[in-house]
Amino acid sequence: MIPELGHVALILALIVAAVQASFPLAGSLSGNRPWMAMARPLAYGQFTMLAIAFAALAEAFLTSDFSVLYVATNSNSLLPQIYKFSAIWGGHEGSLLLWVLLMSGWGAAVAAFSKNLPQGVVARVISVQGMVATGFLLFLLLTSNPFERLFPVPPEGRDLNPLLQDPGLAVHPPMLYMGYVGFSVAFAFALAALIGGRLDAAWARWSRPWTTVAWVFLTIGIVLGSWWAYYELGWGGWWFWDPVENASLMPWLVGTALIHSLAVTEKRGAFKSWTVLLAIFAFSLSLLGTFLVRSGVLTSVHAFATDPARGLFILIFLCIVIGGSLALYAWRAPEVSEGGRFDLISRESALLANNLLFVAFAVLVLFGTLAPLIYEAFDWGKISVGFPWFNKMFLALAPFMAVLIGVGSATRWKHDDLLRLGRMLWLALALSIAVLVIAALPGMDGGNLWVPVGLALAAWLLFAHLTVVRDRLRHKAGWRAWVADLRGNGRSFYGMVLAHLGVAVFIVGVTMVMNFQQEEDVRMSPGDSHELAGYRFEFLGTEKTSGPNYRADRGHFKVFDGDRRIAELYPEKRSYLGGGMPMTEAAIDAGLFRDIYVSLGESVGGGDWALRLYYKPYVRWIWLGGVFMALGGILAVTDRRYRTARARAASPADVAGAAAARA
Amino acid sequence: MAMAKSVRYLIPLVIFAALVALLVFGLGTDPREVPSPLIGKPAPQFRLPDLTDPARSVSDADLKGKISLVNVWASWCSACRAEHQSLMALSEMPDFQLIGLNWKDEGSTARQLLSVTGNPYDMIAYDPDNTVGINWGVYGAPETFVVDQKGIIRYKQIGPIDRQVWEETLQPLVAKLKAEG
Repeated sequence: MIPELGHVALILALIVAAVQASFPLAGSLSGNRPWMAMARPLAYGQFTMLAIAFAALAEAFLTSDFSVLYVATNSNSLLPQIYKFSAIWGGHEGSLLLWVLLMSGWGAAVAAFSKNLPQGVVARVISVQGMVATGFLLFLLLTSNPFERLFPVPPEGRDLNPLLQDPGLAVHPPMLYMGYVGFSVAFAFALAALIGGRLDAAWARWSRPWTTVAWVFLTIGIVLGSWWAYYELGWGGWWFWDPVENASLMPWLVGTALIHSLAVTEKRGAFKSWTVLLAIFAFSLSLLGTFLVRSGVLTSVHAFATDPARGLFILIFLCIVIGGSLALYAWRAPEVSEGGRFDLISRESALLANNLLFVAFAVLVLFGTLAPLIYEAFDWGKISVGFPWFNKMFLALAPFMAVLIGVGSATRWKHDDLLRLGRMLWLALALSIAVLVIAALPGMDGGNLWVPVGLALAAWLLFAHLTVVRDRLRHKAGWRAWVADLRGNGRSFYGMVLAHLGVAVFIVGVTMVMNFQQEEDVRMSPGDSHELAGYRFEFLGTEKTSGPNYRADRGHFKVFDGDRRIAELYPEKRSYLGGGMPMTEAAIDAGLFRDIYVSLGESVGGGDWALRLYYKPYVRWIWLGGVFMALGGILAVTDRRYRTARARAASPADVAGAAAARA
Repeated sequence: MAMAKSVRYLIPLVIFAALVALLVFGLGTDPREVPSPLIGKPAPQFRLPDLTDPARSVSDADLKGKISLVNVWASWCSACRAEHQSLMALSEMPDFQLIGLNWKDEGSTARQLLSVTGNPYDMIAYDPDNTVGINWGVYGAPETFVVDQKGIIRYKQIGPIDRQVWEETLQPLVAKLKAEG
């Protein structure tokens, strides 16, 4: 009965979304206030319906109701309770329901926190979100109904993919989806502005905090995914350039460009049409990611079960949403005034240059992801665009990005001169060059040019931002002024600094791991010892063990640094009762400056095991950098300007200014 | 001028249209299949040193007269490690030979890995620079080509061979080829 209730709630959500997509928009165009006023209740209503549907599915999972097809294929009665819950988004149907639920959550949040926005803007934004939701709900109901019944009812479910039975992966998809669908808010604001013909600084100020929050979620989602791949896939890599990973990286890159471009539009009124385009792209790439993962167009390690009918549906949906918004853009954007002028040496220029680098990188990732398709379509023969190609592209662009981040943060808006910049940054530059030289000394660099380059770039980011902070504080006497700065309007500044330092931390992590990691395949008998990177690994043997839904061989290692025992590690090789390939559970001794990582390969007879030992210096810094970026984003959105901006947003001056900009 | 300016704003739409055309094409093809030009064609000619004994060589002539599974692998590839156990089981079967194509790999690392985990292959062509892999249309590892007794490529499996792939796809195909030959 409850699954049917969920199904009905889904249908009601679709109806609400369809009404939401049409009436408030029509009202805003014809000046019909009651229709515009429907926007908020409809947004709440859609969220409520989807929450009911989601709760119904959750109930089916938690009670192991295998009469529901989706539950029977993605769960099992032996599954621990927590994984029964996370199994809701372990497959295509449920993850799509989660996606729509989160999107309607963003819609409800916009409705709740937009009290001071002009009614017409709110109506249009919520309508656009209704349109996107309508498409997704149709998709869900027509091709991927999670409530479909199964008869006869199987006695047991097929089990959740063992790879997904992990706390990291239980939270990774919700975070990632929050980021993906969060960009729908920026998208809706952009389209609403295009429809209303009001692309002004106020529009940028409204959508900025939303976009930053979405970006923070996406950043955390990607970090979690990378961390999960590192410890769960059992071979120590942290990024694989897999199509699914690329699908999350592309919106992140464009989203990063977008939050910077929004800053320019808000502060200087420039880049308006470019910012709108980025807002459209960021969400479009999220949608494209969904298409690539769920259509079976590309092969991937984590592709969902694919179905051509679904692929076709998403493609048509993609055409309507992206094609429609780009057509709207082509129609409306030429009317947009270009806005504030700026000189060649200015923060605007630096941000524009970095924007282009981010977009260029996103385009390269898109090309690399689709390369097999492109080559096949044009019959150019075969191609291998793999790991090395992506790495090369990343290394070709990243240094310029890093240099520009430092320059851009120190440059003034509108007009700056090289002399002033030089006087300001010479020390930071000199210190980074010193790092470059020291790291390049024989014996320090490990024989690789990238070590000094990477460390110097990180140093440049650090020193350039310290300079920028000092410059800001020079006019503020004493720590009281600093505290006041942090309480007042300074948070977005310090958020920026923190996020940029995150880039430095990330660069250090990548540089150290890629150049100084050590790994070895070994065969060990119980009692054997093996040395790697100065650590001695002693293998004491394996024992049989079992979990709630798996059996495992568990190895026991002691790791010594000299004579001192620093860790005991217990890597496992698990066979899940639901079947499938055996899973490797790596054992990791984690540290800020190095990880020691042991993964069990296979039993090779006589108690001997094939093993893989890793030494991973600074690997945590990769994720720590991402965490810094996310924290920076959070700090920035708590800036007082947004709180007061919200109160100011609807002031007559703004509206008049907007009208003037339009005319 | 005004005209040229508004045309500029159409560029994103045009690019998107091209992308859609590509994706429509993509929907009609199955990425797990070999690009059609290769299937039903003789395996591309090649001659490479044997990984385990560089004095010997492996060539397309070795594919004639026997059913062959040509498995593309590398020591850096995690899915290949997962597949290794299935390959060990397959190496016991008499109906076909298992030929490795060690792809974009470091010879010493690959040999080291095999000495630890065991060598399922009858012979292994060593292709560190992707000279042969590119002719075979290798996109990633692992991939497995099924080549019949006449040296014709009949099927390409992308991704690891597990029990399901073996029982549902490869085993019936090998049985069919055996009956043909």
